[in-house]
Order: sequence, then C-alpha cells, then structure tokens
Amino acid sequence: MTTEDCKKAVLDIIADIAPDEDLSNVKSDVRLRDQLQLDSMDFLDIVMELRKRHGIEVPEADYLRLASLDSCAEYLTPKFNALSAKS
Amino acid sequence: MKLPRIVITGVGLTAPNGNSLAEFRANLLGGVAGIEWLDVRYMGRLLAGVCHFDALKHQKKKEVRVGTRAGSISIWCAREALADSGIAFDAFPKDRVGIYVGCTEHGNVETENEIFAISKFAYDTKYWSHYHNPRTVANNPAGEASLNLGVTGPAYTIGAACAAGNLGLIHASQMLRLGEVDLAICGGISESIHTFGIFAGFKSQGALATHETPSKASRPFDKARNGIVVSEGGCLYTLERLEDAQKRGAKIYAEIAGYGVNSDASDYVLPNPVRQAECVRKALANAGMDASDIHIVNTHATATPLGDIQECEAIRAVFGEGCPDTHINNTKSFIGHCMGAAGALELAGNLPSFDDLVVHPTINVDELDPLCALPGLVLNTPVKAGKVDAILNNSFGMLGINSTLIVKRFVS
Repeated sequence: MTTEDCKKAVLDIIADIAPDEDLSNVKSDVRLRDQLQLDSMDFLDIVMELRKRHGIEVPEADYLRLASLDSCAEYLTPKFNALSAKS
Repeated sequence: MKLPRIVITGVGLTAPNGNSLAEFRANLLGGVAGIEWLDVRYMGRLLAGVCHFDALKHQKKKEVRVGTRAGSISIWCAREALADSGIAFDAFPKDRVGIYVGCTEHGNVETENEIFAISKFAYDTKYWSHYHNPRTVANNPAGEASLNLGVTGPAYTIGAACAAGNLGLIHASQMLRLGEVDLAICGGISESIHTFGIFAGFKSQGALATHETPSKASRPFDKARNGIVVSEGGCLYTLERLEDAQKRGAKIYAEIAGYGVNSDASDYVLPNPVRQAECVRKALANAGMDASDIHIVNTHATATPLGDIQECEAIRAVFGEGCPDTHINNTKSFIGHCMGAAGALELAGNLPSFDDLVVHPTINVDELDPLCALPGLVLNTPVKAGKVDAILNNSFGMLGINSTLIVKRFVS
C-alpha cells in the first residue's frame, strides 16, 4: 500500500463518520480537526473503523499520530503493509 | 392557591399515518390506518406502525448517525411543535426552556444493535461502540433534542411505561406552574419497533396482534382482537402559562384542565380497573369537573382480550349511563400502540374536535365485544358531536402506572 492509498482508506472512513463534510479539498498537512468538524468521539470512530475494516489496532498512546492525513499515512502505511505481508 | 393556567400552543408529531397534526387528523377522520409489515431481527415479518418522517429536515446526517431513533423522533417533534407555536425561539432564553419527554423504555434498541454488531466479531467486546453509553442513557431522547435546539434548561425523560406520554404533559404543567421554566416542550416518544425484544416479549405473553391485513390488525373492542400492534411515534407539545401565551398572541389549542396519576400496586402486567377508575376520578376532581362534563374519552385500550374489558369496566364505573354527551373512541385502532408516545399522540388526534366538533372513531370493530359495549362508543365512522368542551385521555402502563389527562376548550 502506498501512502496515497492509505490516505484514501482514512478518507473513506471519514466520509462515513462525517457525512456532512466536504472532503474534496482536505489538506494532507493540516490537522483534520482544524479543517473538518471532528470531535474526540469521531477520532474514536476512526480507530474503531480501522479495527473493523482493516484489522489495524491503534493504541491510545498513538492517537495523536492520526492528527492529519500525512501523519496518518506515515503511521498507518507500515501497519497496512505489515498486515498484507502476513496474509 | 390559584395556580397559573397552562395552555397548549404548538403540536409536533410523527405517527404511522401522518407527520403533522393536519395529516394525522385527516387520516383519523378518513379511516386510514398506518400499519405495515416490518422485518424484525430474529423474528421475520411482523406487523408494526412505522413512521416516515424526514429526519434530515432537522438534523445533520452525522447527528442521525451518532444519535438514536428516539432522539430523531424527539428532535422532529420538538422542532415541528416550535414552528407550529409561532414562538420566536431564536430569541427565547434557552435556560428557561424545559424538555420533558415521556418514554416507555430506552436503550433496548441500541443495546440489541451493539450485541448484533459484535456477533459479527465473535462477540469480542473491543468492537463495542463508544457511542453505546450516550445512546442508552435514559435521558437520551430529551438530551438529543436539547443539543439540537441549544436548550440549556432542564431536559430529561420521564419513564412511565405506556402512560409516559401523558406524564410528559403533566410534568411540564407542574414545572410551568412552579415557575421552573417559561416554555415546556413535552409529550412522549417511542422507538420501540427497532427492538426485537418488545415484539418477542409481547409474543411470549400471548399479546402480539396477528392479522393477514395490516390495516385491520389493531382492533380494540372487537370480538376478534388478538393483541397489540407495536408502533413507533412521537408527539411533543409546546406548553406555556396562559399569560405568556396571550402576551405573544399565541394560537391556543386547549387548556390543561386537570390530571390524575396513580399506581395499581397489584401486578406487573395485568391492569387494575379499580385503580384505573380511581385515576379517572382523580383527574376529574383535579379539573373540578363531573364525568358528564367530558365530551370525548380517548381510551388506552390496546386490543388485548383482557385489557380492553378492564378499561371498559373502569370507564363504566365512572361514566355509567348518565353521560349522554360523552363520546368514547380509540386511536390505537389506526396507529397501533405507540408506547411512550401513545398518550401524547392520541390526545393530539382529538384536539381538532374542539374546532370541528367531529369525534374520530375506533375502526376495525366488525363485531363489538359485548363486554366492551360502552354507551357513546364511536365505531368505525366519525360522528358529529353536539359539543366538545373537554377531552379526557387515558394512558396506562406496565407495573400499574395510570395517567389521565383532561384538556378543555380554551375560553379567555
């Protein structure tokens, strides 16, 4: 999985948990909370959906790594790739 | 002590056969029921009253996703009631608004959904939603309305089984009289059709209606009645002190005349006609009225074989043969049993009678059960009443909670 694929996977999740938001111009390097109406429960949703859809666990200590699309990609892409290597 | 007079100034509702008072009333007078087949988890196709309002009229998609069906129903009803009331809500002090929502139960739907969801993950609870607690707290239906409306005054639910809709109005009247709030949004709601448990429970009890034709399934007082049709729905009113309503030139639907609330203290599920009659008498005394002053009695009857007879026994004990101007009807024959919304919705369906003097009927009575043959029962077609100055609304619930609410024509 590329970092771009990873960002798309995260955006797909955000599209479902924040259905009123326009995601067409989300900036990768800006905190998601600064450009979208996302609250702490929504971030828990992202964590839950990563677990349900992709089998990826994000420990609480790493929640801050999900701040922006870039940081998500940096943190999650290796996890995605590690999982696909296993399977 | 002279208590402030309380009046109804707005109505917002969703029923299985209408999403506004006008539509609901037209269907009650036109004999149009709102029962349909519904796929119920684990149980298959069952009869139910389903509401078809557009939640997105008043909620964002995210609110619908995160919240509960009960919350959506509350928000719909509250917003529609406020619009109907004509009150300048944006400018109204939100800390002086109370939201009092009656509900039969809350949390079963959401808990069942979560258990079903984790069943797809071998019941691993790490997949349990973090929304479970805010969705299942007992105040959820009122709390979601407070969030949506920005109301910072008291917002909570009143759990009173199927008597809850009336209790919402009664409690709101009390809070207005105490001066706790200046505007009350109150009544009852139910999301019950989204839990299989209520259907399964009534089925195990031998109290779930069956019929090949959905519109014929809910048949209080009919000899062939065989149980309850479970429905969802909601009805919230705006209530105000009369002087406040008059000050802003509000349209007034009716005045709260009196109420009675009591408990059977006799059985978990079986009604108690002696206590029901006491509740009705208590309401009449509270209103300073005689039985003959009541022109419409809207019954609670749910179409269970025993329950209908027992309520008729209670009504007979109070109204006897000496109330020639009293008409008796039942709204569940159209919409099934809307549980926590029942009392509030059924009252709403009768409010227009103050204007048109027409009493909506009890439909689906092909053969009247002789044990339910009350004088004044309006069967199958509407009747024109000589006068409609007072409406008495019964709502009773499990664990023996009884409520009777009387509203009267507003006279300045």
